Amino acid sequence: MNSQRVVVTGTGSISPLGMTGDQMWEGLCEGRSGIGEIKSFDASGFTCRIAGEVPEFKINKFVPKTSRKAIKLMSRDIELSIVAALDAISNSGLKTKGINPEDVSVDPKRMGINLGAGLISCDLVEISPAVAASKTDGNFDIKKWGEQGLGLVTPVWLLKYLPNMLPCHVGIIHDIQGPSNTITCAESSALLAVGEAAQIIARGSADVMVTGGAEAKVNPLVLIRQCLIGRAVSDKNIEGEKACRPFDADAGGSVFGEAAGILVLESIEHAKGRDAEILAEVVGIGQSNSINSEIYKLESDGKGVGIAIEKALADAEICAEQLDLIIPHGTGIAEDDLAEAKGIVSALGDVGKVIPVLPTKSMLSNTGAAGGALDLITAVKAINSGVIPAAKNCESRASGCELNINKEKIKKDISYVLCCSYSYGGQTAAIVLKKYEN
Amino acid sequence: MINSEKKHRVVITGMGVVCPTAHDVESFWQGLMSGKSGIAETTIFDASTFPSTFSAEVKDYDYSKYTKNPDIHKDSNRGSGFVIGATVEACKQAGIEVETENPGDSIDRSRLGIYLGAGEGSVDNEVFFDCLAKGWDDENNSMDWQKWAEVAFRDMKPMCELEQEPNMPVCHISLLTGARGPTRSCLTACAASTQAIGEASMMIRSGQADVMIAGGAHSMIHPLGQMGFNRLTALSTRNDDPQTASRPFSATRDGFVLGEGAAVLILESLESAKKRGAKVLAEIVGYGSTADAFRVTDMHEDARGAQAAIRAALADAGVGCEDIDYISTHGTSTAENDSIETKAVKGVFGDYAKNVPLSSIKSMMGHLIGATGAAETISCVMAFRENTIPPTMNLHDADPELDLDYVPNEPRKAELNYIIKESFGFGGQNNVLVLKRYEDD
Repeated sequence: MNSQRVVVTGTGSISPLGMTGDQMWEGLCEGRSGIGEIKSFDASGFTCRIAGEVPEFKINKFVPKTSRKAIKLMSRDIELSIVAALDAISNSGLKTKGINPEDVSVDPKRMGINLGAGLISCDLVEISPAVAASKTDGNFDIKKWGEQGLGLVTPVWLLKYLPNMLPCHVGIIHDIQGPSNTITCAESSALLAVGEAAQIIARGSADVMVTGGAEAKVNPLVLIRQCLIGRAVSDKNIEGEKACRPFDADAGGSVFGEAAGILVLESIEHAKGRDAEILAEVVGIGQSNSINSEIYKLESDGKGVGIAIEKALADAEICAEQLDLIIPHGTGIAEDDLAEAKGIVSALGDVGKVIPVLPTKSMLSNTGAAGGALDLITAVKAINSGVIPAAKNCESRASGCELNINKEKIKKDISYVLCCSYSYGGQTAAIVLKKYEN
Repeated sequence: MINSEKKHRVVITGMGVVCPTAHDVESFWQGLMSGKSGIAETTIFDASTFPSTFSAEVKDYDYSKYTKNPDIHKDSNRGSGFVIGATVEACKQAGIEVETENPGDSIDRSRLGIYLGAGEGSVDNEVFFDCLAKGWDDENNSMDWQKWAEVAFRDMKPMCELEQEPNMPVCHISLLTGARGPTRSCLTACAASTQAIGEASMMIRSGQADVMIAGGAHSMIHPLGQMGFNRLTALSTRNDDPQTASRPFSATRDGFVLGEGAAVLILESLESAKKRGAKVLAEIVGYGSTADAFRVTDMHEDARGAQAAIRAALADAGVGCEDIDYISTHGTSTAENDSIETKAVKGVFGDYAKNVPLSSIKSMMGHLIGATGAAETISCVMAFRENTIPPTMNLHDADPELDLDYVPNEPRKAELNYIIKESFGFGGQNNVLVLKRYEDD
């Protein structure tokens, strides 16, 4: 069996820069920031009061009539994935059950889904009345919880918060009956999911894969975890737009946000068979691991990031000199950014100091399991427009960082883009996308 | 070009388990042979007023016995703790050295990967509920986030919160083994670790790794987990007789029994195993993965996705129904699963279905959720070695609709060459493996 070539035929997102992938790209090109004061809950008691929130939307507009009963089963993360999946599948031109049930153009059994998802926090507002009803002398009483509290929680409560429900809901709407997986590797989830999806097509287990990631990190419990381990910015007076500063000398932490990014991947034969517009080719996938007993930090030499990049280049059968753009993980956490920069340079050599680098989290915020997908979409858009947007908030490069952070928007022919991700806990991933040539 | 050619045979060279009935593979198998139950009244938290007051807990287990550096794992949640013991046991059997800077096992660490189907860690219950209770504004009947944040910033333990992330069991294995190959964690509910083994085997088959540490780790025995399943009415409420509460395929089944644990298998390319002189325990020859795309709350009535997954795994293995000697079922003891799983087997196997023995070891160990498929895969490998099928315990009341051979109550001797392992997850993910007795050829 020969491996299939895998191409990107659709992209879609919902992000702090807009409701669609196109709006996100416009925002990045204009250097806009999607970060601002948190609106969805009162964050005044938090050490970090800013985040990247998506525009307001009503989920019923994005769900076909036949699936509207399922809306009550959807957490915020699920809603985000549904919005981005619709954008991506529409963009691909594929007609699924969710696009047009009367005129489906794809075999549901040959279409799979593989999404990165976060640790979905339960909606605390939803559960708190049940907790409040289970108090004895002001304290939580587990016996009362078992007797009375439980009954106040909706019977389907658990189903809203299982990470695999993102692919399940999207899969039901669009009738996706092939391989289905949910990758839960924190901030490297989306790249790992896309890598696995590409390999599923390459090995012949599906013709089409809907893949990417989604996470809603603007939630008190999710956000406080990042505050408590010191990954979030903690200057209460910091201006949202300037807060997230990847690779900058004044970097003070990451800013978290919510988003979903989805790509439609296809075997080249399937894409050509339906005359689809091919947006890019997935040519290299590399994965490794960072080993650090301080598990929330990247190892200081970035070795695990470097190994993933070396493997991705080897898989793509290209040398470092052929790369035109690098989109790093770049969180704005000074120590991690420096380690990542070292890992990139150690893998690419001196040319790693020259290739333009575009960190996106300064504008999009750190959207957890969605982040890698937003970066891949950015790479696809850059390839097709021949534009590299200017990086934001890196006015003075951090000492020790040798990367060429892209200062000005530039126009150039882009053949190969490298995207990198890592997560607290260690998993690293790198993907190389190539401009499609017939 | 992405390299996915089918060029390596995938074999199993090590196994480890920490589950409600045992903390090692040999005792696990002996327990399955004697019908030992791991189910009793819940002790992890006070479940005395819950609809289900019992569960299948891992008891008397101490992860620190397995590591020289217990400190770096000290904030582990239950799942990560279990996976430490299971990994150390599996690595020992396979000859993979752990906790050493310079391993002498001739396995290139950049070609040693990890793939777990692992669940989220338990919430830090006391603090979690206390923050909500104190943050609640009784007068306005709403949450006061300032108050909540004040208590949370004061009382939440940062590492304990971080360790709840589902990728943490993988992280702890990487600290033990120094793995630098592909590392991943997936969470497809009850099908997760079968999926992890399947996808890990694909990585070896295509040459992305030589050795993969694959399996699962999970514990949902906590107030929110138990609440969630109780509210879905998925759990048995046979509070007066916990030991027989898990009764897959019985007419009197009333739900599954919540369990916990970890199970790890060492998957390896046959070339790597031979080169190292590692003993081969079994071979993985087929994998199928599908989705129902039906409803998040129910399985498809005709078991559409489950049938497709079984067919895909058989096709991948290049074998037919008549080659299969035993099916290790998902067999949860819920009314729906056991009935639809039976339909799935009949749908694929037709009349031949009555000739194939099926069983569910969840009747003894409970349902380990994300970790369950890996523990059951281990039982299949042991079944090859012993030429014995583990039984479905507590099966005394035949369900007239379920008329296959479920190997009730007693283990059975049989010559086993091919075994199917099935796992189905909430929401409709279906994952199936075909395992083969290893023969050198």
